Amino acid sequence: MEIEKGRLRFFARTIGETDPIYTDEAAAKAAGYRSLPAPPTFIFAAELEAGTVLDALRAMGVNLGRILHGEQQFTYLAPVCAGDTITVASQISDIYDKKNGALEFIVKDSTVTNQHGMPVATMRSVIVVRN
Amino acid sequence: MAVIDYDTISVGDPLPPLTLPALDRTRLALFAGASGDHVPLHIDIDAARRAGMPDVFGHGMLSMACLGRLLTGWAPQSALRSFDARFVGITHLHNVITCTGKVIEKREQDGQKFVRVDVQATNQHGEKKTLGEALFALA
Repeated sequence: MEIEKGRLRFFARTIGETDPIYTDEAAAKAAGYRSLPAPPTFIFAAELEAGTVLDALRAMGVNLGRILHGEQQFTYLAPVCAGDTITVASQISDIYDKKNGALEFIVKDSTVTNQHGMPVATMRSVIVVRN
Repeated sequence: MAVIDYDTISVGDPLPPLTLPALDRTRLALFAGASGDHVPLHIDIDAARRAGMPDVFGHGMLSMACLGRLLTGWAPQSALRSFDARFVGITHLHNVITCTGKVIEKREQDGQKFVRVDVQATNQHGEKKTLGEALFALA
C-alpha cells in the first residue's frame, strides 16, 4: 500500500485528530518526520484495503456477518510516513475455541516492511467468530 | 506536538482525557472509507440485522484510533514502541466515548527510558469498551 498524504489527512479528520503534524507537512517536518506520519493504527488499513483478510476468512468458511475484532497489537520498529510503500505479510498462527465452539478465535500475525525492505512494524489480530 | 520529560513523569499520572462526539452513522461511513474496513456490519443496517445485531455499531479500530490520539497527544508518536488493545464491549450508535489513561510503569534499561501507560475507552454510562496498553521509549 502506498501511503498517501490525502488518505492520511482523511484518516486524521475522521478520527478527529487535531495535531497539525498529521495534516500539515510543514508541521510534520518541523517535528522531525520526513512527511506526514501515519497515525499508530493506520497501518492496519493496508491489509484491509487489499481485501486479502476478508478473502482469507471467506476461504476458511467464516461467515463475515459473525465476526468481531477481539484484540489488536502493534509493535513499532521504524516510522511510516507519506511517500512510503508498505507491504504486509500475514499468517494465521493459531485457531482455538471457547464455550464448546460457540466462540472461535483466529489469531493472525503480520510483519510490515517498507519499500527498502526494512521491517517497520508487526501486528497481531485476534478475530472472534460467533458460531 | 506532544513533548514530555521522563524525569517529571510519575507512575499514576493521568493522560489528558479526550471526549469524542456522540458516535453517528456518518462517522462510521467515513471511518470505513478512511480505514479500509469495508465490513458491512458497520455501515449497512440490513447487513447488521441479518447478522442478528439491532443496528450498525462502531469499529473496534475506530476506538483504538481514538486511544491512539490520546497517546500521541501526550507523547510523540516517534517514541511509541507498542500499542495493544482488547475490544471488550461494542460501541453503539450515540455512545459518547471518553478516552483516559495513566502511567503505570517507569523503567530504565540499557540506557533507554521506558514508560508504560494504560488506556481505556468508556461510554457515558461508564461501560468499558476498549482497554489498551502502550509502551514509549523516551530519550
